[in-house]
Amino acid sequence: MKGFLAVYLREILLLKKRIFRLILSLSVNPFLYIVAFGIGLGKHLKVNGVPYLQFLIPGLISATSMMQAFAINVEINVSRFYLKIFEEFQSAPLSTVSYVLGEVFSGITRAFLSTFIILGIAYASGVKIYLNFVFFLTIFLNAFVFACLGLASAMIIKSHADQTLVTNFIITPMMFLGGTFFPTKNLPAIIKPIIESLPLTLASHTLRSIALYKTFKPINLIILAFSSIPCFIIALYTVKKARD
Amino acid sequence: MSLKIEHLVKVYPGVQALKGISFEVYKGELFALLGPNGAGKTTTIRIITGLTRPTKGKIYLFNKDIFKHELWAKNQIGLVPQGINLDLELTVEENLLIHGLLFKMPLSLIRKKTEELLELAGLSERKKTKVKELSGGMRRRVLIIRALLHSPKILLLDEPTVGLDPHIRRKIWSFIKQIQAKGTTILLTTHYMEEAEYLADRVAFIFSGTIMKIDSPKNMISELGSFAIDIYSSQGLQTMYFKTKEEAENKLLEYTKKNYFVSLRRVTLEDVFLHYLEKLEKK
Repeated sequence: MKGFLAVYLREILLLKKRIFRLILSLSVNPFLYIVAFGIGLGKHLKVNGVPYLQFLIPGLISATSMMQAFAINVEINVSRFYLKIFEEFQSAPLSTVSYVLGEVFSGITRAFLSTFIILGIAYASGVKIYLNFVFFLTIFLNAFVFACLGLASAMIIKSHADQTLVTNFIITPMMFLGGTFFPTKNLPAIIKPIIESLPLTLASHTLRSIALYKTFKPINLIILAFSSIPCFIIALYTVKKARD
Repeated sequence: MSLKIEHLVKVYPGVQALKGISFEVYKGELFALLGPNGAGKTTTIRIITGLTRPTKGKIYLFNKDIFKHELWAKNQIGLVPQGINLDLELTVEENLLIHGLLFKMPLSLIRKKTEELLELAGLSERKKTKVKELSGGMRRRVLIIRALLHSPKILLLDEPTVGLDPHIRRKIWSFIKQIQAKGTTILLTTHYMEEAEYLADRVAFIFSGTIMKIDSPKNMISELGSFAIDIYSSQGLQTMYFKTKEEAENKLLEYTKKNYFVSLRRVTLEDVFLHYLEKLEKK
């Protein structure tokens, strides 16, 4: 428990030192998306029977929380190759599970921080959505999955340039296709089943269902929860492998 | 005996970093691994601390196999790595707190040990200072006290003064002496001869993954001779070693008469090191 706390505390202390810069930087993207797609393009547009801006917010929350959770890969990469902090963790009597959980929970914290910022901007823009426990549980699971993948990618990839490649080729396409900006039912039949089974799409659908219709499909949440298990195992495996 | 290394081999793709080295470090002593860059010093330290897996070989810490008791062994070891792997954005105190938690220390003990060690290192005033605002020598001292925070039985110092100014290096040396005086066993790696000569009770010469010689600096030096004369000629520098000052002075006179530029001095560990290096090159 103390090992987990040490890893998590380090991340939180660093986050605290950069909190104002981080809040500003986390606000820019959602603000631009809301202005461009919500107010600019979609002011008079309705999707699934609701104003586009209201449709957009839950998708934006799932996509941004995914990106923020995954973004721990950059911090870990810097810690590992530039600051060599990873060696301090490796030379301590710290279990792999504690290390992985510490990093993953820091990703989840970043994801929730970005969620609250978007909710703040949404409320300020006059958009009110329904929130409940399952809404936040979905964000938690979504962030858990992508923080695990972010950690695994940081362990596998050995340069910042390659990290950018992963973001450009996997995370960005997922953000645009995973039900963030438009309903996935309009996608071509050939890719629809794949896209709809992605963790981000499951999270977007669940968040949107709760936020707009106060309901959700439990199966989406169950699949999301189960997909977190292999992701956690992959994170554990890559951390163990990274020793040498 | 604190640490025993038996036939340690490490093969990286295309290079054999360690070719079956063996040595022992006794309780309370300061043992130095002395060798040029790439000799295998850091690889040895990394294997002992669990950062790198060996290809072959055994390591015993207080008679326990460290690969079978990995977590236990990590608790007994304090590592001062070659690079400054502190969180630069965090304060000295925060860096120490994280280390203490990593080693599962109670908060009250972390606070107590932090105060004690900061005082020992002369850094009490810098507790709340961000590491990035400290000088190189201060960062190095923080690195050393961080390694001591969990009261390790053995301290591993990997090139602890590399890149530091000579006067800062001397300060670090006296700090290391203070730590040893408190009963901590120390394994030091260095490529600075005067550092090993000043600090170490025993020295091991390591060249290309092989240990050539282990003894105290005093014994090593006296084996070669007590006095040396350096003869400068058009062929370069030649050094001759003598057991007594009288022998050395006679030779000095002889060469002076032949109009050579000659100087007399005491034999240092560097002479012994170069002597073994030459031997190896001849092989």
